[in-house]
Amino acid sequence: MPASPLTSLFAKSPITPIQEHMTAVQGTTLLLTPFLKAAMAGDWAKAKELQKQISASEKEADVLKKKIRINLPKNLFLPVPRSDLLELITKQDMIANTAQDIAGLMLGRKMEIPEKIAERTTEFLANSLDTVAQAARAISELDELLETGFRGREVTLVESLIKELDTLEGKNDKIEIKLRAALFKLEKDLPPVDTIFLYKVISLIGELANVSQGVGSRLQILLAR
Amino acid sequence: MEIIANYGTLLLVMACLAGFFMAWGIGANDVANAMGTSVGSRALTIKQAILIAMIFEFAGAYLAGGEVTSTIRKGIIDPMVLQDRPELLVFGMMSALLAAGTWLLVASMMGWPVSTTHSIVGAMVGFAAVGIGVDAVSWGKVGQIAASWVVSPLLSGVLSFWIFMSAQYLILNTENPFDNAKKYIPGYMFFVGYIISMVTMVKGLKHLGLGLSFGESALYALFGGLLLTLVGIVLMRRITFDQSAPSRFTSVERVFAVLMVFTACAMAFAHGSNDVANAIGPLAAIVSVVGSGGEIAAKSALPWWVLLLGGGGIVIGLATFGFKVMATIGKKITELTPSRGFAAELGAATTVVLASGTGLPISTTHTLVGAVLGVGLARGIGALNLGVISRIVLSWIITLPAGGLLAIMFFFMLKAVFGVS
Repeated sequence: MPASPLTSLFAKSPITPIQEHMTAVQGTTLLLTPFLKAAMAGDWAKAKELQKQISASEKEADVLKKKIRINLPKNLFLPVPRSDLLELITKQDMIANTAQDIAGLMLGRKMEIPEKIAERTTEFLANSLDTVAQAARAISELDELLETGFRGREVTLVESLIKELDTLEGKNDKIEIKLRAALFKLEKDLPPVDTIFLYKVISLIGELANVSQGVGSRLQILLAR
Repeated sequence: MEIIANYGTLLLVMACLAGFFMAWGIGANDVANAMGTSVGSRALTIKQAILIAMIFEFAGAYLAGGEVTSTIRKGIIDPMVLQDRPELLVFGMMSALLAAGTWLLVASMMGWPVSTTHSIVGAMVGFAAVGIGVDAVSWGKVGQIAASWVVSPLLSGVLSFWIFMSAQYLILNTENPFDNAKKYIPGYMFFVGYIISMVTMVKGLKHLGLGLSFGESALYALFGGLLLTLVGIVLMRRITFDQSAPSRFTSVERVFAVLMVFTACAMAFAHGSNDVANAIGPLAAIVSVVGSGGEIAAKSALPWWVLLLGGGGIVIGLATFGFKVMATIGKKITELTPSRGFAAELGAATTVVLASGTGLPISTTHTLVGAVLGVGLARGIGALNLGVISRIVLSWIITLPAGGLLAIMFFFMLKAVFGVS
């Protein structure tokens, strides 16, 4: 049978795979909640198990990312610029990487969170994960955006989702400042090296929200043209 | 003259076989392109698509295929040049059929995407220019045909772009796309019905002995459009909004799928009206020469059974091979949802039907490619492979001379076999 020009015209759409990638990324970050809980309880066996899961989940997202990139050769005709899509995936993937860094660092040093900031840290992580979830919500509208040709009503909807994402990230920054201040009060009584890494973990958790906001910004650039 | 008197029946049978073989090939391969978009977007199952294709391909071939057939038959080569040597016209047409058939067979085996239209036109120009003389070719008409190959994908692209944009504006980009779909889609159905009935009445009913004036046709076509709209409204009534669907466009797409059944009919009709001529145009020329005992009549009517033979060949091609090819193509075109597929099919079908009415042989597949690109330009499709355009151009560059050379070969072979100098 001759290869019909009509069938070779259709390339694999990157839209659904990008959404799947974001779902995988969010799945990775969600494992951080039980991980932090186990670490705080000092249950390092369980923490190790969860860290392994996080690592595996991150790899899964990585595979999806590579697949999307391979399926986006230069001569494709896309409804939005190819470079924007590639940057969007890179940003999404950074969220999963950050989650892996947090788990790896905490497990590697068997880090203990001082009791006085434990509750605040849990809240901080929860809010960061809310920000990730909001980014995922915005990304899950991509197929609807394609349905409406990346214009009109659906764009307005996504823009409002992105605005909410920015609000969540702003809230996250405030929690981070308070958490740092609380740690600062404690730091003279803590082992110095541990303290340095506590700051590092806090900034990594904050990074989850920052990169999620970055995903939102990429999406906005995608819509602006 | 002698040759035709002696071997007329043999030549006729050979021509019928060759023409039927071409029609069969069109049915087996080409139709799948025209209908693949419907199957891919799940608006139709393969069985339904084959059934629709059989009915509407045949109707298109029989009712609106006359004009293009006549172009292939006497538009490309000036038959008057051959008034004294009718056997050369018969041999030439025969070699064009054999050349196009052979080339399509070779291309199929090699997996090259070639167009039936380009093969047959290349073959006819080839044998006429070399075997008879450069003057035998109506270069003006050939230029017109070549231009139409560029214009038709462009036109269908522009049409599809605007059809899709209108669907966006009226339906998809609104607060309540489902209600608006039910409200505006009958309008598109009317358009489909109007175009098909108009072309049928202006071009098709003449040889059925029902000559209508343009004004009458336009009036009756209104009824055709309204009738189709009513059928569509009844069919759409069955679809209700599905609250549990993951996307709020799921139900909307289902309404579009009903519309796509209509555009699929239009596409099959359009395809039949244009592509069947590739197979039976040369056959018709041979039939008229042999039938009149060697007379090349400028104004001979097209025998009705020739169109039947072409339509029948397509239907049998569909029945024997269409299923498999349709399944393969349908699997590859899943990115085209009914709201896009309808726009592509409507743009392409309108363009092809217009070309059929004007008598221009164009490539349905290329027109459909243009239409899909038009929808893509309206930012409607996830990803399109632009490499296809260069492949199409490449297949032109190869097919035209290949068809021509093969035809020249067959022409001199036939002359040698029948001992004509």
